[in-house]
Amino acid sequence: MLGRTASSLFWMSRYHERAQNVTRLLEVAYRGAIMFHSGQDHGTHLTFALANCSCEDTYKQKYEELNIRNVSQFMLFSKDNPTSVRNCLELARNNARAVRTSITAELWEAINTTWIEFIETSPQSITAERLPDFLAWVNQRAHLFRGALLNTVLRNDGYYFSQMGNFVERVDNTARILHTQYSSLLPDSDIVEDGGLERYQWTAILRALSGRRSYRFAYPHAQLKAFNIAEFLILRLEMPRSLAHCYDWLADTAEDLAEFYGSREPSLDMAVDISRELSEKQMREIYQEGLYEFLENFIGKNNLFAHQLSEDYNFA
Amino acid sequence: MPDDRTFYNEMLDENGGPRPAYASLAKWLEDKPPNFLSKKSRDAEMIFRRLGITFAVYGAEEATERLIPFDPIPRIISAPEWRRLSAGIDQRVRALNAFMHDVYHRQEILRAGVVPEELILQNDAFLPEMVGFTPARKVYAHIIGTDLVRVSENEFYVLEDNTRTPSGVSYMLENRETMMRLFPELFQSNRVATVEKYPELLRTTLESVAPDSAKSTQTVVVLTPGIYNSAYFEHAFLADSMGVELVEGRDLFVDSGKVFMRTTRDPKQVDVIYRRIDDAFLDPLTFNPDSMLGVPGLFDAYRAGNVTICNAPGTGIADDKAIYAYVPDIIEFYTGQKPILNNVPTWNCSRKEDLAYVLDNLEDIVVKEVHGSGGYGMLIGPTASKREIAEFRKVLETNPSNYIAQPTLALSACPTHVASGVAPRHVDLRPFVLIGDQVRITPGGLTRVALKKGSLVVNSSQGGGTKDTWVLED
Repeated sequence: MLGRTASSLFWMSRYHERAQNVTRLLEVAYRGAIMFHSGQDHGTHLTFALANCSCEDTYKQKYEELNIRNVSQFMLFSKDNPTSVRNCLELARNNARAVRTSITAELWEAINTTWIEFIETSPQSITAERLPDFLAWVNQRAHLFRGALLNTVLRNDGYYFSQMGNFVERVDNTARILHTQYSSLLPDSDIVEDGGLERYQWTAILRALSGRRSYRFAYPHAQLKAFNIAEFLILRLEMPRSLAHCYDWLADTAEDLAEFYGSREPSLDMAVDISRELSEKQMREIYQEGLYEFLENFIGKNNLFAHQLSEDYNFA
Repeated sequence: MPDDRTFYNEMLDENGGPRPAYASLAKWLEDKPPNFLSKKSRDAEMIFRRLGITFAVYGAEEATERLIPFDPIPRIISAPEWRRLSAGIDQRVRALNAFMHDVYHRQEILRAGVVPEELILQNDAFLPEMVGFTPARKVYAHIIGTDLVRVSENEFYVLEDNTRTPSGVSYMLENRETMMRLFPELFQSNRVATVEKYPELLRTTLESVAPDSAKSTQTVVVLTPGIYNSAYFEHAFLADSMGVELVEGRDLFVDSGKVFMRTTRDPKQVDVIYRRIDDAFLDPLTFNPDSMLGVPGLFDAYRAGNVTICNAPGTGIADDKAIYAYVPDIIEFYTGQKPILNNVPTWNCSRKEDLAYVLDNLEDIVVKEVHGSGGYGMLIGPTASKREIAEFRKVLETNPSNYIAQPTLALSACPTHVASGVAPRHVDLRPFVLIGDQVRITPGGLTRVALKKGSLVVNSSQGGGTKDTWVLED
């Protein structure tokens, strides 16, 4: 396989995952914007979404007013916003197009149809009333992409590189959301009596990571608690967006690649080390080291892993 | 049916009845309810869009990928018609390859005075770098798409030879696939020759011209300029259906005179490059130094005999519009036979007496740029306005040697689905020829159709569409 092909498969998946993550943040912003929160600035939910996409500054350059209409236009359709769903879907499709010969017809059709229907949607038509349906649609299309990948693609190097892109992006997204919201996840937050602001942020974090319901199953007898939420999203293997879960996948996939090519590369050792560290860690220790430092450190390690992977396999 | 008789109608004869090859199709068309074709057209469009069978339009600001309109009524060629056409094409592509070998070696044809020396030696399409070099099997143009038009029952003219990097073959294949999905019943009632073997034959052809044919496996790649190229879909399609890598220039590098591709593991040597980029961009060290698309050192590797480039660099000399007028002589010179297919009579505006005639007859003729393509920079006298003609006259007078002119041909017409139902529209035909260890002509080709009533411009960039092309078997 060409190094460039590996790279395109990696980024095709990565941008799809990113589009879906942005969509979920926008869902959170939308819910927040239509609900009345006593004693709370209406902009909080919108800022939450923008900050977690690292696009707050670009937004402020473009719009004066902070409202759901502007935020949704910006996060969905803007060409000036590098993480807009539009730009993610276009980059995902361009990468897929560059490796059309290496993906299945089902996968291509899923990607291509999403792009065509998205680009044929007039941004003006997505009013606040139509926003939830549209976000649900983008979300479903992203699931269709994953489904087509899992169900039709040959289990060879191409599949492994696609998986890598998906999980590197997912784990980065989880870590970044935890990182920007770390203060609400400190154990001290648990003693906030009325919980208004903090509780809003907790549900927002869980919703943004599709973990609100699954949290209830993972902690059946507990209230929402900062400690549990942090543990759930960092260490619990069964949570498909937790750091531990993602690195479990990444280490396994790196192992599969090594087996496929018959040689062990430095990126494999990195993935295995990060995964082992997460499986041996306790939440208590993370708080002792400092949650902020832990997350910062993790985001850096994940970037290094992605970089090493591209070195090991000659991504162009 | 009252009918415009100034052109040849391929389906209907003088009495308005169907010709034998179209008999079964005409009956089928008659039996269908009025909205049937509209619905099928929409189905076809959906298939094409979903599969991403698009082409890019240069100069269009937004939405640069478009669909080529697909007409659901097939164009039919009978078995005897095809036999004659393919014999003519076979003769022509062999002669053109012999011509290229000659102009890059002993230049007998110039010495014999058949083709004027300056027309070759001062031609931009002539590559001095190719002089004295002999490609594998002496084949220069391995893939040719001969553009033909029909003007009467037995008269076909060759418009262009397309010996560089002809495109459109993916449409030949996808149009057929789409037709088989839309109208399976038609393929039971008509014996249509298959075209689906083309990718396999292309691969066989490319492997047969590998530098070291003794090796048991040849590594073939398709070289594309990338996803923004107008024919990118076709590049990906061909690589995919041949089962070979689709590479860009940056995926290849030259080491010790050999060409390799960068893979996720060790570099892999490449034996044959089916390139879909122009000569000028192949190798920045030999040609255009600004090229970002090519591979530095590729041409040296080629001359060292370590890799085969298909089509060979320098094949543009055989489809140059100024050389075109000499092709009948070229055929006679190398084959000793009369050409089977006609050339369109051509006036060369660099010649004084030709220019005078052209200027006197602009309303009746077609004027083309020598190096133009895609239907740009041309004048179609009979359909042009007075003003367009006057403007073109000025351009022509300033730079006459940049133009050739031809009589307006009454292109044949085929039944085509239009808003009002079915009506005749003008068509051309591009069959695809492969030249390697053998000459292989796929029975069929790309039929382009001018969708506007009376229009003679079939180019997709100018609103033309395509049709499936059937060659019937005996």
